[in-house]
Amino acid sequence: MKRVYVNEQWCLGCHLCEYNCAFANSGKRDMASALMNIKIRPNIRVEEDGKVCFAVSCRHCDEPFCVTNCITGALTKKDGVITIDKTKCVGCYTCVLSCPYGCVTPTEQGVMQKCELCTANGGTPKCVLGCPNKAIVFEER
Amino acid sequence: MKYVIIGNSAAAVGAIEGLREIDKEGAITVVSSETHHTYSRPLISYLLQGRTDRERMKYRADSFYADNGCETVFGKSVLSLDKDKKTVVLDDGTEIPYDKLLVATGSSPFVPPMDGLEKVSKRFSFMSLDDAEALEEALFPKARVLIVGAGLIGLKCAEGIKDRVGKLTVIDLAPRILSSILDEDGANMVQTHLEKQGVDFRLGVSAKSFSENKAELTSGETLEFDILVTAVGVRPNISLVKDAGGETDRGILVDENMQTTLADVYAAGDCVVSCDISCGTKRILAILPNAYVGGFAAGTAMAGGIPKPQKAMPMNAIGFFGLHIITAGSYEGEVYEQKDAENYKKLFYSGDALKGFILIGDVDKAGIYTSLIREKTPLSGIDFASVCREPSLIAFGRSYRDEKLGGKSNEN
Amino acid sequence: MSSQLLFPDYEILRDPSRCIKCRVCERQCANEVHRYDEGLDLMLSDEERCVDCQRCVMLCPTRALKIRETEQVFRPNANWRAQTIKEVYRQAESGAVLLSSMGNPEPLPVYWDKILVNASQVTNPSIDPLREPMETKVYLGKKPGLIERNSDGTMKTEMTPQLELKLPVMFSAMSFGSISYNAHKSLALAATELGTYYNTGEGGLHEDFYQYGKNTIVQVASGRFGVHKGYLEAGAAIEIKMGQGAKPGIGGHLPGTKIVGEVSRTRMIPEGSDAISPAPHHDIYSIEDLRQLVYSLKEATNYTKPVIVKVAAVHNIAAIASGIARSGADIIAIDGFRGGTGAAPTRIRDNVGIPIELALASVDERLRDEGIRNNVSLVVGGSIRSSSDVVKAIALGADACYIATAALLAMGCHLCRTCQTGKCNWGIATQRPELVKRLNPEVAYPRLVNLLTAWDHEIKELMGGMGINSIEALRGNRLMLRGVGLNEKELSILGIAHAGE
Repeated sequence: MKRVYVNEQWCLGCHLCEYNCAFANSGKRDMASALMNIKIRPNIRVEEDGKVCFAVSCRHCDEPFCVTNCITGALTKKDGVITIDKTKCVGCYTCVLSCPYGCVTPTEQGVMQKCELCTANGGTPKCVLGCPNKAIVFEER
Repeated sequence: MKYVIIGNSAAAVGAIEGLREIDKEGAITVVSSETHHTYSRPLISYLLQGRTDRERMKYRADSFYADNGCETVFGKSVLSLDKDKKTVVLDDGTEIPYDKLLVATGSSPFVPPMDGLEKVSKRFSFMSLDDAEALEEALFPKARVLIVGAGLIGLKCAEGIKDRVGKLTVIDLAPRILSSILDEDGANMVQTHLEKQGVDFRLGVSAKSFSENKAELTSGETLEFDILVTAVGVRPNISLVKDAGGETDRGILVDENMQTTLADVYAAGDCVVSCDISCGTKRILAILPNAYVGGFAAGTAMAGGIPKPQKAMPMNAIGFFGLHIITAGSYEGEVYEQKDAENYKKLFYSGDALKGFILIGDVDKAGIYTSLIREKTPLSGIDFASVCREPSLIAFGRSYRDEKLGGKSNEN
Repeated sequence: MSSQLLFPDYEILRDPSRCIKCRVCERQCANEVHRYDEGLDLMLSDEERCVDCQRCVMLCPTRALKIRETEQVFRPNANWRAQTIKEVYRQAESGAVLLSSMGNPEPLPVYWDKILVNASQVTNPSIDPLREPMETKVYLGKKPGLIERNSDGTMKTEMTPQLELKLPVMFSAMSFGSISYNAHKSLALAATELGTYYNTGEGGLHEDFYQYGKNTIVQVASGRFGVHKGYLEAGAAIEIKMGQGAKPGIGGHLPGTKIVGEVSRTRMIPEGSDAISPAPHHDIYSIEDLRQLVYSLKEATNYTKPVIVKVAAVHNIAAIASGIARSGADIIAIDGFRGGTGAAPTRIRDNVGIPIELALASVDERLRDEGIRNNVSLVVGGSIRSSSDVVKAIALGADACYIATAALLAMGCHLCRTCQTGKCNWGIATQRPELVKRLNPEVAYPRLVNLLTAWDHEIKELMGGMGINSIEALRGNRLMLRGVGLNEKELSILGIAHAGE
């Protein structure tokens, strides 16, 4: 199955992946109006300490702790992709407790969100398309 | 092969899903004393709060039983287990034979004998959907509610009903709230937050006696109330196995295949004693994720497979009025502490491994700490100082990240 | 205000209806021009440090940024242009030689743009490159005067070593040190895939690139940096650098700050020491000395590799080329005055040397007149910008062209001409690891391949239009060219007629 993989060697820590993700999930057509004056909540996040930088997003694990531990059944895995049914989620944070990569974060409304490989946004992950240095790729490994 | 499952909550669902991965053909019968489609019990407070509804509370889709080939017998209790005949007997006299049996009976609210309790007319537990619906019916805007028990259940109940009642008071014998999962500093922080929301506390006291709508506390104070909720604790439902001669302690004893000492009888969920990986001891880990994983393991074993190690530990993710708390593991060993006005972090470590943690406020990426406990990652092999300050994959080194984020296999 | 004389050259325009304060510009500017101010919740820019490399402009996800030349102007003055005035200010403040990067930007004549190409009509049919075979393959090296065959048809005449190029364009010398490891890697990968060559320049050859040796020309410059036996054996050809179009008469200079790590190791000099290539080769003071070096290199590599001699286009280039053609060199590379550089004194870059078009034409003619044109192949560089420049160069007499600036552009360079600072935001002309990272060879080398593939196709189109189907038939075919707006002298040196004639 294709996943988003990061070639840490090429990550520049520019954060364009975060902004492209936030825009892709905003439901709006224009990036400027979608992201103007808001604090973005992207599903891919850059971690950096001045020397090292890389982007982290849901690994769509083969044995996902978030899915087995979800108390409402909102987190499910279908065709390998793990998604959150935001109508079922109550924001209990059990998935935050469970995910070994820290990939699940709260939306503004309080329920949870995570990378869903842009399956609802056209198919090819926007973080991949927006990376200027091919540090993020969408492929099978 | 005939599988019978007693229970219809997380452990039962886990067992069905684990079982069906291996055995697509065997017959499964699910027996439950409740009448509802499987639902998530922790959501009953969210239901009262209006954050979910009966439809969305369902733990699995409506077609779950049909999709998994399960026959359901709802609204019936199992009275006894005949280990020699290999049948279970229901309260209407029906006998159901089994080849493999799973006891996933969970636990029941424990109501300690308190003087005069029977005089209280509006008295509720807070465990099941039925409890919540009954409580809901009794609520009215000016109601004064007294909750006995400042643990996870009592406080979630308080959060659930706060906006629908007039006054909320919570009492507990322990000197601090959430004493099972928080230390003193953490508990104080959460208590302050709850008090700001309008919840009153009386700690270190219990109710000496009750009358219709008064409680006399050991401190001498008398509290008036309209509605009483008891959330003092739960007791695992072990009688079926115990009466049939199976070994039990506080909970049902099982091996790593979730099998009891009775042949072909398995158990999982809140009613069993689990192995806590964070401290190596056996205890009851009554939390939904552990119930599901344990049930899944039981189902796998029942179908003849080898269950994967569960790596269970105490863990809690709970929030009250916007303040989030995440805890896991055991609180022993050396301590790393980080505290400011809004956030609290305490990490416990010993023997080159993380044992437990408490996070209040900023709980982002807590799962990284959980993973350290679960995998017993040697702390000397990562940048522990960095991960204490902030949970991040930076602490784990390039090789780990190349594998987990870059999909590279590290077979050198 | 750090300077009382100089006002920033550029203004940064940020559209507030588009800026989402993502701070990508801040993170990606090595000159620290952009900054997010928390108190004001605004992105601020310090234009004093801006060099117009356009990294921020290209990366801004909402295209909120634009850079333009400052509107702060001097009074119009055709003699004392703004730039001339600023150069005086700079020297007044620094007391230093003015340094510049890349090629001469002054408005001197570009002869390529005054030469037009023929097309076939009516009497001569043109050739359709999509339907008929077109040969853009070229062999560089000494060509024999007479081909003798054995009775069975096999060749009796022995050929000297040749370079085989799939198309008549190669990547010119850019040293490791002036450009980054990743830039070299991209050039090596592209040259290999295209079937052409790239040039190490005077920085030596990094051991990771020995695997691409078949497509590498190793350069021996006056400083002899990185030259050892293994180096000579690794390449497909050896180039002796006598001069460079951007700075004829002087040597190369790479400041000590860029001589770090791998660069220092590959050049075989200590870290931090300035890499100064002397003006002449200190063992070449006459044409006989050059001949001696040419043959030493051939001896050292067993006569298996062609030797190239690279010179800058200067006065008397024809006589110089004639001497080189008799020295035993197999290929002469001539670099015109527009050629690029990592760093050169501005006055030399802008005032020394002659246009490659004129140099090429006069060299080709002289060698033919002396009957020695086949002794050598001619390669020209110094601002070959497009496939039409290539076609015109070949028609004027070149066997192939060297490109460098065009290759850098393909890799992302925006010609801001501040390579000498070592803070190239595109990861090309820098050694800083966090900047070198920005040039991912997986992204850059396909662009190089695309560029030359497109040029190859265009060359075929232009040739087909002329009714020619091979480079051989185009080479030196000056009848295919006409000049416009050129005077008698220029036309005569170029050896072409005026349009209309």
